Amino acid sequence: MAQVDQAGKPGPTTTHITISDGALIPDKGEGSFFSAWRISFFGALGLVVLLPVLSPDPYLNILRFLPDGILRTFQVTLISIFFSLIIGLITGLGRISRNVFINRLATVYVEVIRGIPLLVQLFYIYFALGRFLSLDRMVAAILAMSVCYGAYMGEIFRAGIQSIPKGQMEAALALGMSRRQALQLVILPQTMKIILPPIGNEFIALLKDSSLVSIVAVSDLLRRGREYAATTFQYFEAYTMVALIYLVFTLFFSKLVALMEERLDHSGR
Amino acid sequence: MADRIRITNVSKSFRTVEAVRNASLTVQTGQVVLIIGPSGSGKSTLLRCVNRLETATSGEIWIDDQLVTDPKGNIRQIREEVGMVFQNFNLFPHLTALQNIALSPRKVKGIPRAQAEERARVLLTRVGLAEKEDSYPDQLSGGQQQRVAIARALAMDPKVMLFDEPTSALDPEMIKEVLDVMLSLAAEGMTMLVVSHEMGFARAAADLVVFMDQGEIIETGTPEQLFDSPKEERTRRFLKHIL
Repeated sequence: MAQVDQAGKPGPTTTHITISDGALIPDKGEGSFFSAWRISFFGALGLVVLLPVLSPDPYLNILRFLPDGILRTFQVTLISIFFSLIIGLITGLGRISRNVFINRLATVYVEVIRGIPLLVQLFYIYFALGRFLSLDRMVAAILAMSVCYGAYMGEIFRAGIQSIPKGQMEAALALGMSRRQALQLVILPQTMKIILPPIGNEFIALLKDSSLVSIVAVSDLLRRGREYAATTFQYFEAYTMVALIYLVFTLFFSKLVALMEERLDHSGR
Repeated sequence: MADRIRITNVSKSFRTVEAVRNASLTVQTGQVVLIIGPSGSGKSTLLRCVNRLETATSGEIWIDDQLVTDPKGNIRQIREEVGMVFQNFNLFPHLTALQNIALSPRKVKGIPRAQAEERARVLLTRVGLAEKEDSYPDQLSGGQQQRVAIARALAMDPKVMLFDEPTSALDPEMIKEVLDVMLSLAAEGMTMLVVSHEMGFARAAADLVVFMDQGEIIETGTPEQLFDSPKEERTRRFLKHIL
């Protein structure tokens, strides 16, 4: 009879949810000066600076050629993350909905999207659906990324909402609030704090996955590198710089997420 | 005195388990009724049926002239008038004590913020926590949290207060401060239905004590009757355990 006389402990509990598909999050415990994160980050950053200095041709030329692509990469990433958050919130709420139809719809969306590789989704939206509606390649790229990551975000929202103790909803309802008010005023504000780190992880994963859009000829970082290589045949040099720049960014943001996680741990709220 | 809460033949099943079986109980306006019983006896479940946090499987619960168990009834309106205090306080951790109290009056009753906060301050003073209005729940002791939770429930001007083991999660030295608030509420004539084993509170404030076991109401009486000369064997056995 679990519902009756629930024994529980008073006081605050910090809830952690871990949803990770392998983004690089530095381990807090790894405090040594030569932590893996430091070696990788400063190594990559050092190379990005040193290579152009020591060997301006071709590295400086490559570095000059890439900024457009970096901007495009961030544009795709930021717009996609924005829409995936909106889709994720709706999906997450759908996944906990007591309305069977809405619940099933949200769950099917998550299952289907998570079962199809992002690259295939991208092909599908741009090439397959291109037969019926000719989407701009940027639009198609952002649409594919948003729809795909929306499903993952939905799971983060769902897990976040469900990690809030049941008593919070009960207290809100007992005070006369509607379920919607309880979600809006009590549950979601608490959820936001918990899901910030996993959302940060998704942001990093999306930043990396955004390189896929280069195959529908969006001139992102990877595509620019390829364009440079195609004219100069300096594949090794071009892709080395591309890889290093991705690495610098993802490591930088993963550190940011780790710091954010730590701060949230320390402030009780 | 009029009947404020009328519970008639209420049963509640969770899948295969019958948590409450055919319980009937009447609480008159201004009465304080204590429900005691071993863990798993269904006392909390019965209490939670009164504001429909659990939906009774059968039977009727009335609060004044409103039928709580009516599936088409406006449960939100009933809940506005039925305050509830939980074992684990369930304060909203992202809000200060003051905000915890003022939130529902503002959002449910549409009372302007300044007015709701004014009232919240009065209530905080009443539970002895005037200086804690800007504290977050995790900065408060268990006893203080529970007092804020009582103030939060009172902010809706309920005509009935439900207490679900309000002192069970507290360290012994904090129990008194919560019971004192409950005693003053009782003295002011609040109708209270309390699940608790606090004998001192029962003797000081309760009009009736109800003993439940295995989902059934076994015995009902004044504190003196029930504690000093229980009629039923099961009641006697239980009291021996807790006294």
